[in-house]
Amino acid sequence: MADVNEQKAPKVGLGKKLLESDGFVSLLVVLLGFLVGTILVALVGRKPANMYKAIWQALTGYNMDNGKMNVRYVFETINYSVPYILCGLSMGFAERVGLFNIGGEGQYIMGMTIAQVFALLGPQIPVLHWVLCIVLAILVGAIWGGVVGVMKAKYEVSEVVSTIMLNYIALYLSRIICFQLPGATTYKTANFPKTALLSNGFFERMTNGSLLNNGWFFMIASVILFWFIMEKTRLGYGMRATGFNKDAARSSGIPVVKSIAVAMAISGAFAGLAGGIVALGSFKYGRIISGMDNYGFDGIAVALVGNCTGGGTLVAGYLFGLLKNAQALMQSKQIPKEITYIIQGLIVVFIALRTGLKLLEERIEKKRLAKEVTTK
Amino acid sequence: MIQILQSIPTILMIVAPILITAIGGMICERSGVVNIALEGLMGLGGCATAAAQTLLETSGMSNNLSVALALLIGAAVGCLFSIIHAVAAINLNADQTISGTGINLLATGVTIFASQILFNADRTKEFRLGMHTDALGVYPSVYIAAIVVILSWFILYKLPFGMHLRACGEHPAAAESVGINVRKIRYIAVLTSGLLGGLAGGCVVLTQTIQYTSATINGRGFIALAAVSFGRWTPLGVTGASLLFGTAQAFTVIATNFPSLKSIPTEVFNIFPYLITLIALVLFSGKNYAPASDGKPYVKGAS
Repeated sequence: MADVNEQKAPKVGLGKKLLESDGFVSLLVVLLGFLVGTILVALVGRKPANMYKAIWQALTGYNMDNGKMNVRYVFETINYSVPYILCGLSMGFAERVGLFNIGGEGQYIMGMTIAQVFALLGPQIPVLHWVLCIVLAILVGAIWGGVVGVMKAKYEVSEVVSTIMLNYIALYLSRIICFQLPGATTYKTANFPKTALLSNGFFERMTNGSLLNNGWFFMIASVILFWFIMEKTRLGYGMRATGFNKDAARSSGIPVVKSIAVAMAISGAFAGLAGGIVALGSFKYGRIISGMDNYGFDGIAVALVGNCTGGGTLVAGYLFGLLKNAQALMQSKQIPKEITYIIQGLIVVFIALRTGLKLLEERIEKKRLAKEVTTK
Repeated sequence: MIQILQSIPTILMIVAPILITAIGGMICERSGVVNIALEGLMGLGGCATAAAQTLLETSGMSNNLSVALALLIGAAVGCLFSIIHAVAAINLNADQTISGTGINLLATGVTIFASQILFNADRTKEFRLGMHTDALGVYPSVYIAAIVVILSWFILYKLPFGMHLRACGEHPAAAESVGINVRKIRYIAVLTSGLLGGLAGGCVVLTQTIQYTSATINGRGFIALAAVSFGRWTPLGVTGASLLFGTAQAFTVIATNFPSLKSIPTEVFNIFPYLITLIALVLFSGKNYAPASDGKPYVKGAS
């Protein structure tokens, strides 16, 4: 009897190990999302192959229909992924201290707004101008997030509710502010001066005119900073401890209130940075937004797929950027571009259902133990 | 004064869907499940209603019948999608914020995807006629909202079922110990919130616009969510909060009728519901009015 058990043990072990690996489960969830999306496209009578052709072109720049190659698509995808990755880091950072930051959108909007204001009104000194715009975007994002942290830590206001409220306050506040800017019409302001733009001439020449810009450097720096703060600093240690068990952290001398407030501020800073980069990198004029860009909300999905780690978020954000860049290509191939939103939504739903895997695992484990007991 | 009186039907028209959704959210949270998917459910219901109304109209059905049928379809679609939330939150003990967010994301995709398939555009085709006002200039959606409020109060406070539902939100283990089926009651509550959210989305479409676009719901679901906390989880409180927030929303439309308000940007009225909820949450933070087990998964057998 013992022999049989020993032979079986490694098999169970491998399956269990895979299910316990967050990366594997994320991969499974993403594949499942694509599978359901593909079935849906086929069900409504469109060709799923066209969807994948569009994604392939956004990934490699190769157009499978006419055999032409254009590297612009490759770098456009990278540019699209920048705000996704940053908003993912924003959500991920808060998640590590046990907070659910739905406010990425508001922090993003505030960062965008201040960047636009300073771009149009700030001193036009080369380099310094756009650097100051970005720094301000980071600061304002941090304030918008920090408020949530203070309210949570001091007054126990649910961050889910407060961040949703702050998102809409940010949206309308942004409109009020931007209407006062020079040259404001119903949807845009005057053009930014050249000194405020993030565009990078070298990137443009190398990538056949893609919008890839200096914001990319900030994104890479943010990913590294995220990993460094979380894994290598005392601050990050305190935050992770707070996330694991607030009471235990408090009784071991970690300043929980400060941890939460600082974590939300840093979280907001990432999203604010994303707003600044999109405002000055992808547009030549200030936008007066009538709705949300949804990078903040999608950042939630990005972080969840990336398991709230720096590297995971980088990969997941790239995937979302890829889908975003493929949208226009899909539309031209008779695939409604909203299928990408459906896939993203499905991925988040499946992540929520992931807890079901754990329940299943427990049940299997229980059965196995019961069997062991009865056979012995 | 006359201007204010004339504005009342408009205000009620805008309040009604927010109130209907908020009552659904309240019932859901009183049973112990947080539903931040209200926004998405309203969108799904609104889109289904708009599409149904357009298609039924072209098939030559009379207006009264098509409006009723379209609303039913909207409510059914909202209910259908809330099943996802119910399964995640109740059967699988999932994080309710994540599954709610997932439904919201899914809704933005599904609604416009469906429009693309049905009407080859990123919005549904316009219908000719929506709901009709009565002699007082009031839309039927207002009466629907009133009925929903009264029913919810009666069920929650006057029927044993309502007491059981509230018990599930306060202390599910205690409720289970006296033979209440916590899962079943939470299922009913979540599906009810989906049904009412879908219905409310349909009301928005049939009273305030002639088609569904990605901007039709525009945060109304989140205002309803705010109304639930601001109204402290009671039918009367939620009604008051919805009236307040809906009126603020209405002022973005009717402010032009008042010379003294013309100079104020309409965005100020837009901000109002969100800002006041935030302030209220801080001011009343000492006392906790939320159901004790709101948002916590209930695991049978674990205390």
